[in-house]
Amino acid sequence: MGRGGLRQRGCIWLLALLLALPAPLMGQGFAGLGADAEGFAVPERGRALDFPTDHGPHPDYRIEWWYLTATLTGADGQDYGVQWTLFRSALAPGEAEGWASPQVWMGHAGLTSATGHFAAERFARGGIGQAGVTASPFHAHIDDWHMTGHARPGEDVLDRLELHARGSEFHYTLEFTAEGPLVLQGDQGYSVKSPEGQASYYYSQPFYTVSGMLHLPDGPVEVSGQGWLDREWSSQPLSPQQLGWDWVSLIFDDGHRMMGFQVRGREGFTAGTWITPDGTPTPLPDGALRFTPLARTRINGRDVPTSWQIDWPEGGLSITTEPLNPSAWMDLSVSYWEGPLRFTGTHEGRGYLEMTGY
Amino acid sequence: MTRAALAALLSHWARNKLQLAMLLAGLALATALWSGVQALNAEARSAYATAEALLSEGATARLDHPSGQIAQESFGALRRAGWLVSPVLEARVTLGDARVTLIGIEPLTAPPGAGPALAAEDLAAFFSGRGFAHPQTLREIRDVPREIRPSEAVPVGTVLVDIGQAQAILQSDHLTSLTLAQTQPEGLRPLETLVPELRLLSPGEGAELAGLTDSFHLNLTAFGLLAFAVGLFIVHSAVGLAFEQRRAMFRTLRALGLPLRTLTACLATELLLMALVAGAAGLVLGYALAALLMPDVALTLRGLYGAPVPGALQFNPLWALAGLGMALGGTALAGAQALWRLWHLPPLAPAQPRAWAHASARGMRVQSALAGALALLAIILAVYGTGLLAGFLLLAATLLAAALAVPLVLTTVLRLAERAARGPLAEWFWADSRQNLPRLSLALMALMLALAANIGVGTMVASFRATFIDWLDLRLVAEVNVIPRSQDEARALEAFLAPRADAVLPMLRVEAQLSGQPAQIYAMKDHATFRDNWPLIDPVPQVWDRLAAAEGVLVNEQLYRRSGLRAGDELDLPQIGPMPVLGAYPDYGNPLAQAVITLPRFSEIWPEAPIRQLAIRTEDAPTLIAALQDEFGLSAAQITDQAQAKEISLAIFERTFVITRALNLLTLSVAALALFAALVTLAGMRLAQLAPLWALGLTPRQLAGLELTRALVMGGLTMLLALPVGLVLAQVLLAVINVQAFGWRLPLQVFPGDWARLGLWAALAVLAAASLPALRLWRQGPAQLLRVFAHER
Repeated sequence: MGRGGLRQRGCIWLLALLLALPAPLMGQGFAGLGADAEGFAVPERGRALDFPTDHGPHPDYRIEWWYLTATLTGADGQDYGVQWTLFRSALAPGEAEGWASPQVWMGHAGLTSATGHFAAERFARGGIGQAGVTASPFHAHIDDWHMTGHARPGEDVLDRLELHARGSEFHYTLEFTAEGPLVLQGDQGYSVKSPEGQASYYYSQPFYTVSGMLHLPDGPVEVSGQGWLDREWSSQPLSPQQLGWDWVSLIFDDGHRMMGFQVRGREGFTAGTWITPDGTPTPLPDGALRFTPLARTRINGRDVPTSWQIDWPEGGLSITTEPLNPSAWMDLSVSYWEGPLRFTGTHEGRGYLEMTGY
Repeated sequence: MTRAALAALLSHWARNKLQLAMLLAGLALATALWSGVQALNAEARSAYATAEALLSEGATARLDHPSGQIAQESFGALRRAGWLVSPVLEARVTLGDARVTLIGIEPLTAPPGAGPALAAEDLAAFFSGRGFAHPQTLREIRDVPREIRPSEAVPVGTVLVDIGQAQAILQSDHLTSLTLAQTQPEGLRPLETLVPELRLLSPGEGAELAGLTDSFHLNLTAFGLLAFAVGLFIVHSAVGLAFEQRRAMFRTLRALGLPLRTLTACLATELLLMALVAGAAGLVLGYALAALLMPDVALTLRGLYGAPVPGALQFNPLWALAGLGMALGGTALAGAQALWRLWHLPPLAPAQPRAWAHASARGMRVQSALAGALALLAIILAVYGTGLLAGFLLLAATLLAAALAVPLVLTTVLRLAERAARGPLAEWFWADSRQNLPRLSLALMALMLALAANIGVGTMVASFRATFIDWLDLRLVAEVNVIPRSQDEARALEAFLAPRADAVLPMLRVEAQLSGQPAQIYAMKDHATFRDNWPLIDPVPQVWDRLAAAEGVLVNEQLYRRSGLRAGDELDLPQIGPMPVLGAYPDYGNPLAQAVITLPRFSEIWPEAPIRQLAIRTEDAPTLIAALQDEFGLSAAQITDQAQAKEISLAIFERTFVITRALNLLTLSVAALALFAALVTLAGMRLAQLAPLWALGLTPRQLAGLELTRALVMGGLTMLLALPVGLVLAQVLLAVINVQAFGWRLPLQVFPGDWARLGLWAALAVLAAASLPALRLWRQGPAQLLRVFAHER
């Protein structure tokens, strides 16, 4: 569960909608193979992902997301970060026409600068055209927010994306161009999230270069930088003993990439992927990564560790991260911390940090 | 000393328990009626707020279409353009045993505040059919055909379901409105270019319930105030009497050295205690009264204005405080005169309760002058006043003037009777009646007020009822009415009925603003049904031909009167422009403005307006209804025959005035109690005047009979006086208040039978009030009467 089954902080009914944590999962054992009790499909190890079909929605699975982040630098010399996410959550497996569709969509958009953080959200029912995703040609939207593919023949449909979102105080339009291949996380895209074996399908496109315009309350800024797309779908939430997670995507100055997360709980669980500049992934097993909180920030009545030391002893990596803006709290119906960072130590670069369950 | 003085003062009440009971009962009743009415008002107002909050209509703007239907594509188009809108589908449907407003909402996009009923509830269950309704509505539906959960957050008479469920129930793929979230993103394409066919309604519009029902609440408040005033008469007379009776005690206490300041303070404390006790009792009574009347008030408000008011009452501490404050204020007002008089009483003033009688001649002159001034004010208001408030002021001035004139008129009548009287006993009877008048006058004024209010309101209701029934007969001429489920069905029904019925008259309407008021424009097919039956006010010549030729519009009386239109004036219609007004038609029971144009013209302008109902003229309704049920499988709820329609309308009408009648009866009861209080206290003091007659040879029984007769004569005279006052009141209600509050003017009709019945009731009330003192007199025996001569008084 890299991202998504977010711990609820807002409306109660949204909790019911987005989490609907089925307690019996723990007792089912065997990594929850086969369909779960409510008829949702469950990820299976060894199933090969199929593109472009798998870029599209999987309505038989409970949860799914299209998750873009970008670390940007403006023409004004300032750092910025952008997040754009479309979540799909199924109340029941499958799809139906009109209001009868059991699919619910939620969009989140974030824009962070050193001095400000803006967040917006959108909700939509499936089946009526207010939100949805088509794989080829690629188009994901909720209301006027969209992620539209403009790939050329022979390219992956996600290779060129136009991204747009609008809140009451901000809006942005950005172009994403992939400079490398898709990367499958975990075991060929089968990503395990807990010692009990909860898992999801998970792949990324971590090689985007980005350019475009941000419109902030102070005026427009032309920006350029690097972007990262995560695609994940599953029907298995965290195990009941797991409280939340800390997740990073790191883009090294030397062209390497790394994804890492820890799930916090009675038994901690970590996983990650080391990605070479040509896109070759090396999965990092449970315990390979060490996350140590360094500094905490008080936001919205919560103590959130916004600066981290991350160690991968076997890879000779030891870095400390500094957030661009420690107050990057996504104060939405479902709330969490998400913002851009810079890191120093044995390696240097920029990245994105997401923390839930605080 | 103070304690002893207070104990001495209070001992009076221990010796005069009935007097104490009167005082407390008067104050408690006054407080009860006033606070009961306030509780009803507060409850209704909070219900309006709930209703408005449900769709956040109080705070957010909406989009709607003149036809009442919005294509679902408009919703998608607006969302894709970035506008934060949420779809709503609203319609009246029959669920189980009840007629309810079905509201379909989309909880994911609804503005915050729209989904209070949904909190903590399972969204999936809501999507797949679970609804919410007020517990009371749920009980009314009784045999619930689907899963509906009780929720206090939903207004009464409303069932809240998911938008998809609402569309399924109504077999519609449309929406009725789109709510706009309060904050919208910046830089969006304007609504006018995206959806030019939709109408933007600002937050206030469409939430006119509070404004519409104002007149009803003002009406209730006026009644409460009247009852309170009548109650205060009781308190005033009881306090005044206790003062007179305790003159000797005051003198003794003063002579013993009690400072005037302390004595006055003691008397004020006594009043305060009574106010607190009676006020508290009044609150309990008032709450019980309100709880008892609430279902009828709720029905009235729902029937007249479609206001969703629950029939149950909630307790509000602020209301209790206000009620207690009113009791204290009222007591202060009623007791002020006694306190003032005590303050100015010489220490050794005679202990005779005679001062009032002497002062009364001068008092009468002042009172008459006041009555004249108020009558003048009433005339000025009648001629120049405008607005509801002026109407109520006119009512108040008329009633007060008449009440103040009561002693003057009665004195004159009694003097004339005295002159005409033959024989010493008759002469004494009239003279003695006149002498007692000052002491009785307050109670008689209260009785006069109650009777006049009864006659006035009763005449208004009966006039309204008679007019309403005539009008219903004319209005509901169609033998069968059918509500189609969809436009396809409407067209199929028309085709099916064309060869089988004498006429099929479709009902189409669009929502609009006319003269700045929320209104509806109806289409009318040119047909004898309307030409022969519709009564018109101020029609132009050949009104029906001109209407059929699309040369003008008919407007309802509400619009006609509120906008001060005259036949021939131009009325600006949306998308049509100005059209001359051809006449007005009565339209009772409808709060909105209306205009009617001919069907062909209507269809040109609003081709997409749905057919909401088909009125069918036929000789053989049962056969046709059976055919419709066979052919179209129409449910019972979709077909109404004439008799049913009339029954429903009349039932609503009857319930409307239940509350008025109840308050009327209560006011009359309070007045009877006031009279009783006055007579009881008077009886004790009149012994000195009656004893000589006994000594002259009249038996106690004859004396008691004379006392009863006197009470009846006084009551009868008051009733006679109340009659013209009541008629003036009725006329003001019909011609001023109704026009201002509802927008229609009704002809005054008189119902002498009702007066006779009221007269009988009044006589019974007077007899009941007078019988106890008379009985006492009769039972008193010679010893008491003899003592009058022995006592040093």
